[in-house]
Amino acid sequence: MFKKILATTALAVGLAGAAFADDKTKVGFVYVGPINDGGWTQGHDHGRLELEKHFGDKVETVFVENVPEGPDAERVMTQMALTGTDIIFTTSFGFMDPTLNVAAKFPDVKFEHATGYKSAENVATYSARFYEGRAIQGTIAGRMTKSNIIGYIGSVPIPEVVRGINSAYIHAKKVNPDVEFKVIWIYEWMNPAKEADAAKALLEQGADVILQHTDSTAPLAAAKEAGAIGFGQASDMYDFAPAPRVSSIIDNWAPYYIERTQAVMDGTWETVNTWDGISTGMVGIGEITDAVPADVKAEALALKDAIVAGTYHPFTGPLNKQDGTPFLAEGEVADDGTLAGMNFYVEGLTGDVPQ
Amino acid sequence: MDLGSISLVAFFASLMVASTPILLAALGEMITERAGVLNLGVEGMMIIGAICGFAVAVESGSAAMGFIGAAVGGALLSMLFALLTQFLYATQVPSGLALTLVGVGLASFIGQPYVGESPPAVAKMAIPVLEHIPFFGPAVFQHDAMVYISILLTIAIWAFLKFTRGGLILRAVGENHDAAHALGYKVRLVRVMAIGFGGALAGLGGAYISLIRVPQWTDGITAGIGWIALAIVVFASWKPGRVLFGAYLFGGLTALQLNLQAANVPLLLVLPYLVMLSGVIYLAIAVAAGSWKKTLDVKPTLKTFAQFIGTGLVLLLIGVLTNYASSLDLLLLSSAPFVATIVVLVVISARSKGASNGPAMLGKIFQAH
Repeated sequence: MFKKILATTALAVGLAGAAFADDKTKVGFVYVGPINDGGWTQGHDHGRLELEKHFGDKVETVFVENVPEGPDAERVMTQMALTGTDIIFTTSFGFMDPTLNVAAKFPDVKFEHATGYKSAENVATYSARFYEGRAIQGTIAGRMTKSNIIGYIGSVPIPEVVRGINSAYIHAKKVNPDVEFKVIWIYEWMNPAKEADAAKALLEQGADVILQHTDSTAPLAAAKEAGAIGFGQASDMYDFAPAPRVSSIIDNWAPYYIERTQAVMDGTWETVNTWDGISTGMVGIGEITDAVPADVKAEALALKDAIVAGTYHPFTGPLNKQDGTPFLAEGEVADDGTLAGMNFYVEGLTGDVPQ
Repeated sequence: MDLGSISLVAFFASLMVASTPILLAALGEMITERAGVLNLGVEGMMIIGAICGFAVAVESGSAAMGFIGAAVGGALLSMLFALLTQFLYATQVPSGLALTLVGVGLASFIGQPYVGESPPAVAKMAIPVLEHIPFFGPAVFQHDAMVYISILLTIAIWAFLKFTRGGLILRAVGENHDAAHALGYKVRLVRVMAIGFGGALAGLGGAYISLIRVPQWTDGITAGIGWIALAIVVFASWKPGRVLFGAYLFGGLTALQLNLQAANVPLLLVLPYLVMLSGVIYLAIAVAAGSWKKTLDVKPTLKTFAQFIGTGLVLLLIGVLTNYASSLDLLLLSSAPFVATIVVLVVISARSKGASNGPAMLGKIFQAH
């Protein structure tokens, strides 16, 4: 019954929408955090603003921030779809199933889900190869640490985050065989108080470099107080440069949002699975500050160039899994399927990946 | 596994920092509830305090001014609740929930220009002489002033409720507003003041997060701490000492689980012993208090002690049987502060005689005739 009402309403709104809004493409964004979090959501919202700038009057954008991952997300997406939105970007892993559920009810609306792995006729997925950036961070971290202890604040234990930890560890270990990683999971994408507590716990236990996969700048504030260093996450976090923020991974979604919106306008939109890295600019490496010695900076930039040129892949064998079983043979490169589902640590990391 | 990498001094210090905002907010809410008013807007008042304190501190360059601004901000927002519930006779539960929504939205609005700003640093205030005691000095006596203020406030509120006429009036209003009214006490005035006090303390708690614990401003910075404070008031059966205990237990377990994760130690390996140790400490305190009062309820005391030890043994058994399974452990790690705080406070309040169901007039509307 409810579905029927929904469908009828959708039809009515769809007709009305067709009558009024065919000159403007309406683009919706569903955010997991606030648009000024200084990190992940701010990065997406920056993409939205660039999109508006690029198309001017031809687009209208709407967004809802602070949407919890769960049933509430479906409500928000349904609302957007009902109000004539042509394409909806849902920008958190936990929106995956809600996106598919809502997409099934609105076959004429295009959906784009960030960082997930389930797609449909009208659901495309897109993500960035953040692990490429993590390789560069790991290199800097391994060179910069004096205590040989690197703290890592994990958010939610999904493959994307595990991949980042592995990539950072592999490259820190490569330049500094004595390095040790301490990982704290906080099970949230953003919780400034908990992030600050986690950072402090890591610093108290001897870490002098903090890597974070959480969205607020709280860990950088803690690092600053302790005289340690850290990295910007998702957005540049340049307010904390030149130290503690010595570099950053910047998510640059604008070109993708522009390209996909253009496809909707042209009627050429198709479901795709996009996974771009540093080479296309989807992953940006923020300026490496002077707090990093010149030779380390050069080494990090050389690694970046090799990744861009395609001559080096961060997951290249020989690598073993944490339990010692072989993962990649000498010279072997991990395929995208393995990377997308990565739920294990590589050899040398301690602790368990939460299942 | 590296238990040795946890510095106990640093752990106790971070425990006190993590507990202070919860303690402040819970104390305020306790006073409000003792006056018979249920204000569920703690989270909203906290976050308003967090941004007001942050903004005032940044503009004035003084953290002390920031805390004053936070108390004023929290109290002002609570006056909205007072207006709705005490003058327009709106139902308290939805009014409180609405207050949270208003507070969170308003804080986000006020906070727009302050994202990325750094507040003035808050100086540590070491207590002379005491700070030099080995271990306890650095762990307990080298904090910022707000930590001490929060503990002094706990004592002051306890004394106020127990020994003063004002405390008696407050409790009378909370237990039977008609009788208090008949005696000539101004029920509405008392309640408005209690609501304002609760708002001010929630504001201080919020500012402690944005000025000291994090310290910076981002949307949603309080992240549910107001709700925890609210729960602690109930589980602590509206008693200041237990509110302090509950807040420190929660803060302590939060700090512990982060430290254990960093040290890569399974929680199940330490939790059983911690629970049993708590039992021993409880027994010692009960015996000491009993001999001080010259009475000791031997049977219930031993029963509670046995419950602690029993729980510890069960946890130990689970740990051994599952070989300290990481999945179970991680479930425990993230939920432990919540579960343990509730269980412990429930056990305590269930055993003490006459431990209340709360103020009798809690949440009831009073209309003077």
